[in-house]
Amino acid sequence: MIFDNILIYFVIIPLVVLGLLSLSKSIQQVRTVCVIGASLLVVLAAYLTYEYLAIRAAGDTSAMLFQGSWLWYAPLNIHLALGVDGISVVMLILSSIIVFAGVFASWKISPLPKEYFMWFFLLSVGVFGFFISIDLFTMFMFYEVALIPMYLLIGVWGSGNKNYSAMKLTLMLMGGSAFLMLGILGIYYHSAADGNLTMNLLEISKNNAIPHSWQYFLFPMTFVGFGVLGAMFPFHTWSPDGHASAPTAVSMLHAGVLMKLGGYGCFRVAIYLMPQAATELAWIFLILTGISVVYGAFSACVQTDLKYINAYSSVSHCGLVLFAILMLNTTAMTGAVMQMLSHGLMTALFFALIGMIYGRTHTRDVREMGGLMRIMPFLAAGYVIAGLASLGLPGLSGFVAEMTIFVGSFQHADMFHRVFTIVACCSIVITAVYILRVVGKLLFGPVQNEHHLQLTDAEWQERLSVITLIVCVAAIGCFPNFFSNIIRESFLTIVQVLPQ
Amino acid sequence: MEFSYSILVLALPLLTFLFLGLVGMKLSHKVAGVIGTVAMGVVATISYAIALTYFFGDGQGQIVDGVRQQIVVFDATWLQFTDFLTIKLGVLLDPISAMMLIVITTVSFMVHLYSLGYMHGEKGFQRYYAFLSLFSFSMLGLVVATNIFQMYIFWELVGVSSYLLIGFYYTKPEAVAASKKAFIVTRFADLGFLIGILILSFYSQTFNFLDLTTSPEAVVATAGGATFLGCSVMAWALALIFMGGAGKSAMFPLHIWLPDAMEGPTPVSALIHAATMVVAGVYLVARLFPLYLCEPGVLELITFIGAVTALYAAIVACVQSDIKRVLAFSTISQIAFMITALGVARPEYHEGVGYMASMFHLFTHAMFKALLFLGAGAIIHAVHSNEVKAMGGLRKYMPICNITFLIGCLAIAGIPPFSGFFSKDEIVVAAFANSPVWGAWLLAVAGMTAFYMFRVYYLIFWWNEPDYGHHTPHEAPATMTIPLVVLAAVSCVAGFFPFADYVTYNRVTLEHPSLLHNVMHLNWSAAIPSIIVALLGIALATKLYKKENAVPAKMADSCRNLWTAAYHRFYMDELYQFITHRIIFGLICKPIAWFDRHIIDGTMNAFAHVTHWASAQIKGLQSGLVQNYVWVYFVGALLLAVITWICII
Repeated sequence: MIFDNILIYFVIIPLVVLGLLSLSKSIQQVRTVCVIGASLLVVLAAYLTYEYLAIRAAGDTSAMLFQGSWLWYAPLNIHLALGVDGISVVMLILSSIIVFAGVFASWKISPLPKEYFMWFFLLSVGVFGFFISIDLFTMFMFYEVALIPMYLLIGVWGSGNKNYSAMKLTLMLMGGSAFLMLGILGIYYHSAADGNLTMNLLEISKNNAIPHSWQYFLFPMTFVGFGVLGAMFPFHTWSPDGHASAPTAVSMLHAGVLMKLGGYGCFRVAIYLMPQAATELAWIFLILTGISVVYGAFSACVQTDLKYINAYSSVSHCGLVLFAILMLNTTAMTGAVMQMLSHGLMTALFFALIGMIYGRTHTRDVREMGGLMRIMPFLAAGYVIAGLASLGLPGLSGFVAEMTIFVGSFQHADMFHRVFTIVACCSIVITAVYILRVVGKLLFGPVQNEHHLQLTDAEWQERLSVITLIVCVAAIGCFPNFFSNIIRESFLTIVQVLPQ
Repeated sequence: MEFSYSILVLALPLLTFLFLGLVGMKLSHKVAGVIGTVAMGVVATISYAIALTYFFGDGQGQIVDGVRQQIVVFDATWLQFTDFLTIKLGVLLDPISAMMLIVITTVSFMVHLYSLGYMHGEKGFQRYYAFLSLFSFSMLGLVVATNIFQMYIFWELVGVSSYLLIGFYYTKPEAVAASKKAFIVTRFADLGFLIGILILSFYSQTFNFLDLTTSPEAVVATAGGATFLGCSVMAWALALIFMGGAGKSAMFPLHIWLPDAMEGPTPVSALIHAATMVVAGVYLVARLFPLYLCEPGVLELITFIGAVTALYAAIVACVQSDIKRVLAFSTISQIAFMITALGVARPEYHEGVGYMASMFHLFTHAMFKALLFLGAGAIIHAVHSNEVKAMGGLRKYMPICNITFLIGCLAIAGIPPFSGFFSKDEIVVAAFANSPVWGAWLLAVAGMTAFYMFRVYYLIFWWNEPDYGHHTPHEAPATMTIPLVVLAAVSCVAGFFPFADYVTYNRVTLEHPSLLHNVMHLNWSAAIPSIIVALLGIALATKLYKKENAVPAKMADSCRNLWTAAYHRFYMDELYQFITHRIIFGLICKPIAWFDRHIIDGTMNAFAHVTHWASAQIKGLQSGLVQNYVWVYFVGALLLAVITWICII
């Protein structure tokens, strides 16, 4: 029975929420449904982690746990195939936390709160579905489900030049999807030597039947396809505009989780299924992602819009994710997932705080604000903590992620990779520059605008959202080994398929 | 385990920080201050117990075959990278870490106590104490680190504590700018530290200090003679690690953040920017000293940087008019002494006396420099200004401050029997043993030290009394004077402590340590010249600054260019300003941002525009006019027919 599998509930809960939302009459009902749904997702993710660890502790070493597979469309051998390893578990935790925090961050959204939350939860269906799927087709389907609502969420509830941004974001990501679709079809038609074609990731990898010549074509296709969502240079320009126009919770979910779909897909599909090509072509993408890391950071230094600063900083941080994945060793890749986790939480925190500040001051231009620490100490302190996490303060999540990446990447036997790692390391200084510049201008110093003196500090739901995220950021930063071990264990099977 | 209680040294300040940080705002100022101070007092007591047990206890394991052992009290895995590389958090006890525990907790406790008076009534008092606890925690974690990555972690944490405390008065733009500058400059240096760690660990496959330093030759050999740009990779690694140390310890040319850091509250300057954090670089080199010995080239670099910094800072200190800046530059100069001492130390010269001298000077300097800063704080508290112009004749109003400040000055000038004399003397001995050039160099700087310290002393307490108006300066409250007296007392006697018996580069103990060891083993050939130059410096300062006169101004006029350049710190800040603003910001960041918006994004938009344009061009085809369709149909059919015909033929 399909309902015996715990994983399917990650899709069912948001769908039920969606149904209940369509029935709800008042804003109170909408909020109640959303809060209950989001909380259930967090509880479910926590329970899944517990179960997962218990099974692993009992000695089960299979690549994916909680597997289940139901035939969906026989002619193309498409299944609804589910399964998770440590990496997916961690990503599910991340997604559920961001959804939870996002609900509170968009507590007072207007107009059309009901519709807004419906799209919001539809988006989360896609996100959760993507992380639990091990069938290429269902994975791709959920991927698209996550992308499309973005267009409406930005187009309807966004701000500024929202039509342009929504269109740009959707079209660029769709362009990536086109590459991806090609790649997936190519993989499918070469998935087995004996003619039993399959869409199942594990089976494809086990068959190891994709010819090298095809791998050279399919690896760039899938890597770029996912890389667009991972904000890889030069396909990152949707990110600043998209984030700047998106409403708060959508920015949170987008930077926090959706961009992680890109990184996740890169190693789960591109590298795992095309290991030979990955090993040989990695250097090309390594250069591109290395550029992303430094380039994003430098660009962030001169921006004046808070969301642009954060979007470029995301380009830099997500570039580091892809950079580490391409190092193709367990430590660096573990670092990449840690970075996804860390970046997801802290960018969500950033966007939440920016949204809350914007909601009060009605400007995101740092030059027009100042001395907010005196006016809204809670939000300002949260911003400082987010900033410190972003620039890699030990004890918060950014540090462990970056250090794992740097140490892991530097273990590469090849000199070129090590030199490039040093280049990527330089980003920690530039990050400090743009973070402290903003913190100094925005929060400290004299108050710039007299009208700001009347503004109030965070309300309870905003505090809840911010505190949730800060606690998670600190938890990862203080006890990194818990997450690191879960992730590393799962990478061992992925790294095994790579030619040595 | 004998030292298992040492975990409290880290746990207590951390808990205090969390407590004050989370619920501090609900507490009254007094309660928050008392909690912080009492906790630090307890930590200090525990640290003394640890150090006493370590040095004098009769437990097994501290001394084996005449060598003091390095005891790993505990070592818990924090984050595993690979099978070999693991960050552990633990406590390592050895002579230098035990000594540092005493230095940090003593000064920190004094500063906590002093701040009760100094920060009285300030907004954010609880936050101040929370940050002080955070700093103490980080600094203690740094010195007891069992591996280089743990050190790096706490290294970053002290950097952030320093950032938060420099920017304590966050509504003051100068304080905000100073805190930002301090963080970014040290962050840049830390980049070197990080890369150094990466290189070192890549070859040696370990972060652990014990593995790195017990058989340094083997560690250096793991690189297999690999070179990069003509130098061995290990030399690169060690030089880059030193870069981190140079940033924290404000060595030229990374010193520019320290004078600005004086924007923070004065007790913070005493604790962080005089006694503890800024010597982290010295401590780092001392910690890895066996490795540095294997790469003498790097030690020569260290000596050179140290010596240049010592002279540079001393020259600048002679002309500054802000007393905190004088003290800041004197700190830079004194730390440079310690760095130079490490650089010149070799086992063959007097059994590596430079190492011992460096640690000894670190210890004595922490005490007398904290004393001087806290004294300066009391003075600033009394006259509400940092400028010497606003001071003068204060000896009448602040007798305790006067005496204690004088003791501090005598100690730093190197007059026996005050503590600075003994430690500085050892440094000069070590420098002479290495090369007479460095010896003479440091002697000259020692003379300048005496001069600029007494210049500022006379300008504060003698010179001419300005018009104080209604606000007659008065002695500080007891919470502030007690620390001054305690630190002054320590500065008087610390020099007699037989340091050489306890801290040596190879940790070998002497057979019969005695209390008068330092006096008996004094190397008079170095001591006499150093006393002479110190007295000369003091005499010159007395001549020029004891009473108000026009000579100093005339002298400044006679070499106006040099004086102005020194007053502006030889335009180092302007140089950095130029590099960061004009070159990095103007020539890298801005063009990149422009490139991104116009070229990269422009290309993407161009795709959209081309598509749009193309569709606009061909949309006329779908006109809905049947006649047109028929025309196109016929023309197309005809064309196809022609093509087919051509192909067949």
